[in-house]
Amino acid sequence: MNDLPKQKETTLSFEKIKEDILRPMQNHKGLELWIAFLITVISVCAWAYYVQLRDGLGVTGMRDYVSWGLYIANFVFFVAVSLVGMLISSILGLLRIEWITPISRIAEIIAVAFVAVAGLVIIMDMGRPDRVVNVLIHGRFQSPILWDITVVTTYLVISVLLLILPMIPDLAICKNELKKTSPVLKKLYNILSFGYINTPSQHKHLHKMIRTLMVIIVPVGLAIHTVTSWLFAATLRNGWDTTIFGPYFVAGAFVAGSAALVVAMYFFRVSYKLQDYITDLQFDKMGKLMVAVCLVYLYFNLNEFLVPGYKMKTGDDIHLKELFTGHWAIMFWSSQLLGNIIPVMLLVTKKFRKPLPLMIISLFILAGAWIKRYVIVIPTLLHPHLPIQNVPDNFVHYYPSAIEISVTVLSFALALLIITVLSKIFPIVPICETADNNGIDYKIDA
Amino acid sequence: MKEETSNNSRRKFLKSVGLTVGAAGVVSGFSLLGAAKAVAQEPGETVNLLTQDGQLVQVDKNQLRPTVSEPLTELQKRGREGIAGKSFVMVIDLSKCRNARKCMDACQNHHQLRPDQHHINVLQMQDAEHTAPYFMPKPCQHCDNPPCTKVCPVDATFKRQDGIVLIDNERCIGCRFCIAACPYSARIFQWTEPKDAEKYKDLTYNIEANVPQKKGTISKCLFSADRLRENKLPSCVSSCPNGVYYFGDQNEDAVTNGTTHETVRFSQLIEENAGYTLLPELGTKPRVYYLPPKNRAFEFNGDLLNEENLH
Ligand code: SF4
Ligand code: SF4
Repeated sequence: MNDLPKQKETTLSFEKIKEDILRPMQNHKGLELWIAFLITVISVCAWAYYVQLRDGLGVTGMRDYVSWGLYIANFVFFVAVSLVGMLISSILGLLRIEWITPISRIAEIIAVAFVAVAGLVIIMDMGRPDRVVNVLIHGRFQSPILWDITVVTTYLVISVLLLILPMIPDLAICKNELKKTSPVLKKLYNILSFGYINTPSQHKHLHKMIRTLMVIIVPVGLAIHTVTSWLFAATLRNGWDTTIFGPYFVAGAFVAGSAALVVAMYFFRVSYKLQDYITDLQFDKMGKLMVAVCLVYLYFNLNEFLVPGYKMKTGDDIHLKELFTGHWAIMFWSSQLLGNIIPVMLLVTKKFRKPLPLMIISLFILAGAWIKRYVIVIPTLLHPHLPIQNVPDNFVHYYPSAIEISVTVLSFALALLIITVLSKIFPIVPICETADNNGIDYKIDA
Repeated sequence: MKEETSNNSRRKFLKSVGLTVGAAGVVSGFSLLGAAKAVAQEPGETVNLLTQDGQLVQVDKNQLRPTVSEPLTELQKRGREGIAGKSFVMVIDLSKCRNARKCMDACQNHHQLRPDQHHINVLQMQDAEHTAPYFMPKPCQHCDNPPCTKVCPVDATFKRQDGIVLIDNERCIGCRFCIAACPYSARIFQWTEPKDAEKYKDLTYNIEANVPQKKGTISKCLFSADRLRENKLPSCVSSCPNGVYYFGDQNEDAVTNGTTHETVRFSQLIEENAGYTLLPELGTKPRVYYLPPKNRAFEFNGDLLNEENLH
């Protein structure tokens, strides 16, 4: 299975790599249309956020009982997806696994986009976003929110660095090759290539820095999602009050992140015509990786639901019954089946690890992952320790309002826009590393 | 009075002036901007003010001094410190509660809440399938190990030395983590512009009563900390017609019944009636104690099966 792509790679020359990867950056009509579309969506949905700012969070479906809703579920989802950067480029990178080279940059871009938007989603959920500086002025270290803000920012910074540093050689190439781009971009390439001309000492320094970052981002990546899980696990509520939430969230994040990466890989492969780089090999390997992470996640799910389900303690019983057979059963089981069990069963077969089937399965996994976050956040809030009484009817149910859905669309569109723009101005597949991997010599002019 | 107006008298004063034409002038006169403008006025210009004993007096505008900015910080400071030497506790006698809900009304009035917003809520409870149902007023438990204050990222909710847990709605960022953390569902959020926001917009924020309420921030039961400062019982305690509530100082070991005004030993009351706290297994250490609904003074008139009654 390894020899097919290998044969192809031998036909690659440095000129061809450059040509293939830089082409979509210079001339890609579809991409510009897509950007225009995203910007339109964002502007329309920004109005919804404006309404929320003006009239208060009352325009959402949230009320005193379900006081965290769609937005927090989105936040958890965004953080989860962003962990793919750490999984692919750091963990696998440190293990010196070569097949990730062409997709590592896509993973980093996804990480940057999703973690940046996750930060915004938190602000969009605040009742008083105008007071966000209070967190700096009066911040208290007892609160998991403060830890969360700290690690989200740290992860964002390191992810940006991990995106840019390995790209320095490529940017030096962009600077030389992309003569027709706008002056702003030229300047950007000029600055970000830091005068790199691939001398042995430059090469050594750069790789040392990258490896250091790869090591640092592993604990930070673990921290960001563990702390996010602690937002829930630190409370005394049935369904959240569990000790395995940290690893459980991290395992779930690897599932969601890998699925997002596969979808992006498929899109770039087709739209940027990168079949020679993002090959069937990458999809096949990603499929296997997903089986592995799904199995870990499945194991955690078993612990998370089977053990309390066996005991059916007071409090837990209402929560679990609602999940297993009650109001939330459809969402709960579809997230477990579509997002976990069925994909594992399919992906052990080779033919489902081909690009198109894998992409479709990944879409289901992504949807399942999102539903899972929703099912983690909302049902617990609807089952407090003391009964919900003497409140208006809409306090007892939760349905996201149109405003909430628009703001959610806004955050997704924003993440997609960041990914699109980054992939428009930066080479989406590492040029120099691909050449390195294929033993092709190249020179970078000053 | 305008010079050394204490905040309480000022608030009463504002209330008594009500909606007379003078009110607008007085309110703005006391606001920082208004006063600054007033200083710039020609000498000799006067405004009409109503004194506490109901007399109308004329005061030179130049003599008006801003009293707003100082008291805000002063109120915040003393609100955060609490009343030295006190340790407030509440005892709720479930055998006497007949769901009159006067406590809820008084509370909503005191804290400028809408009818559906509860700092205190009377719940219909039934502990197990065959146990007797009862009514249970549920305020914030003012936990000694409060989950809500631990999770607040900005110290907007905090515990004072006298045991009361308060909220600073001038600081709260509206993250609602404290709602998620409170196992007693004791907290509410101002999802939209609070009741009478327009009417009270010039009022200085009093952290001990959490008024005026503010959009996008938290509110909850405060044991009427502002009334305690005046040596009064909390609003709910005073307004109950059925003698359900006792309130007092644990350090003195004395609690007073809000209806009968009888003062009894706290420890004895709890001991003799087998008092307990809610959800003790969570380790929150509430300051609100319950006496079990034994030998009830009334027939249970609620309907646990009828959903209509529950909302
Ligand atoms: S009852 Fe809830 S709001 Fe009150 S102190 Fe305890 S945790 Fe905080
Ligand atoms: S909502 Fe306000 S009081 Fe509650 S935790 Fe957040 S900042 Fe603190």
